[in-house]
Order: sequence, then structure tokens, then C-alpha cells
Amino acid sequence: MTAILHIDWTSCDGRGLCTELLPGVLDRDDWGYPVARGKSGRERTDIPLRDADREAAQEAVSLCPKLALSLQERMEPARESRKPGR
Amino acid sequence: MWAFGRVSGFISLALFTASVLLGILNRSGRPLMVLPRFSISLLHRNIALLATVFLGLHVGSLLLDSFAKLKPVDVVVPFLGSFQPFWQGLGTVALDLVLAVVVTGLLRHRIGQRTFKAVHWLTYGVWPVAMAHALGNGTDVSSGWFLLLAAASAVALAAALLWRLSPTFLETSAARQGNHP
Repeated sequence: MTAILHIDWTSCDGRGLCTELLPGVLDRDDWGYPVARGKSGRERTDIPLRDADREAAQEAVSLCPKLALSLQERMEPARESRKPGR
Repeated sequence: MWAFGRVSGFISLALFTASVLLGILNRSGRPLMVLPRFSISLLHRNIALLATVFLGLHVGSLLLDSFAKLKPVDVVVPFLGSFQPFWQGLGTVALDLVLAVVVTGLLRHRIGQRTFKAVHWLTYGVWPVAMAHALGNGTDVSSGWFLLLAAASAVALAAALLWRLSPTFLETSAARQGNHP
């Protein structure tokens, strides 16, 4: 089970609460919006979380002033981000 | 009961003022000195809840007070009171609106952002109504410290409101207006 932090970009207004609660996961761009550190493509919207960040992510979900965050559980084991030979 | 009812009313009003100020500050996206944004959010909520508790004590104690002559119906339906029904009714209006704001605030994740926000806008109406109730119905209006508190609250809120309406209100307003280095 991997926890996924989903950002609903149509709701997000870049208020910055989530970037404070998850400083290791989210960076903040100049317009205030959260940017997943070291992630690209789809993983910037559905961010896989380490177990250590799960609690902080839960806080961010409940405190987001725009209700733009949600936590999802993914059943399959985390995919290797880079397969050998690629 | 009479003294307690008055004091709890003042405390409630002062706490609501603080909560509204923190709410406006938080909307701008800026942290407050050492307080991070999420702490302001929690403070905003907890001070509002505390203010609601004092509002409950204010109404509850005056309901039991023989001098105030409050009937249970006055708690919900405005403008029926025996003593200054208009000014007392404003207090009832504020109470009803506060309850709506608190309930929708606590159920934000269930009822959705749109409904929550629509009801939350009511706070801008609640505050002047509550202040008018305090000024019109209160028996301590002539005392200096109360007028000082009322004036300071009104000035602080007016300043916050002007700031909110100004183009540089958002923390990220410079970048969002395209003035990015």
C-alpha cells in the first residue's frame, strides 16, 4: 500500500499551507503553487508518499483552505521509477 | 449572572474580532512573524470556537438572569424581546449566523468548498451586527474601556478589509501580476 497525495489543480490556489506541512515533499513555485520535489509528469499531481510523510499529508489534506488535496491508497507495490536498461 | 453575562459578551466579541483578523491575514497567504500559515489557520478556527463557547455562556447566563428577562424563543427568533427588542434582536441574528458559520466550518469536508465559502462570507455581516448589538444593547457603552475596545476593533477590521481589497493583498501578487524578476 502506497499513499498518494492527489492535488486537484482546478481547486488549488497556491496558499502555501501544504508546502509548510510537507517541506520535504513539496516545494513552492514563485506563484505559490506546490511542486513535488524530484518528481515529473503525473507524479506531480499524484505524489507517492513515504510512510513518514503520511501523517503530515493527512494534516495538509484537512487544513487545505481550498480542499484541493486528497489522500489515496494505491494497492500495488510502488513502481520502480527507473527500470534497468532504460 | 448579570455581570457574567456582560463580561462573556465582551470576551466573545473580542475573540470574534481576533478570529476575523486572523482569517483575513491567512487569506493573503502570508505567515505571521513566527507563526506558519497552518498555525494561523488553526488559531483562526480555535479562537472562533472559543468565541462561540463564550457566546453560549453569554446567552445562557442572561437566559437564567431575572433582570435580562430573556425568553427561550429570543435565543432563536430575533426582535421579540421585552427590553430593547431591536438591539437585542441583532444579538439573536448574530447568534443564528454564527451557528451557521460554525456548523458549515466544521463540516467543510462533507459539504464542499462552495457551500462552506458561501456561508463563511456571512462573517463579514455577523461582525457589524454583533458590534451594533453590543453598542445598542450593552449597559457598559458609556465606560471608556469598552469604547476603546470597540474603536480599536473597528479600526483594525477596517484596515484589514482595505488591505484585503488592495492589489498587493496576496503574498504572491507581484508574481501573479507578471512582475516577476
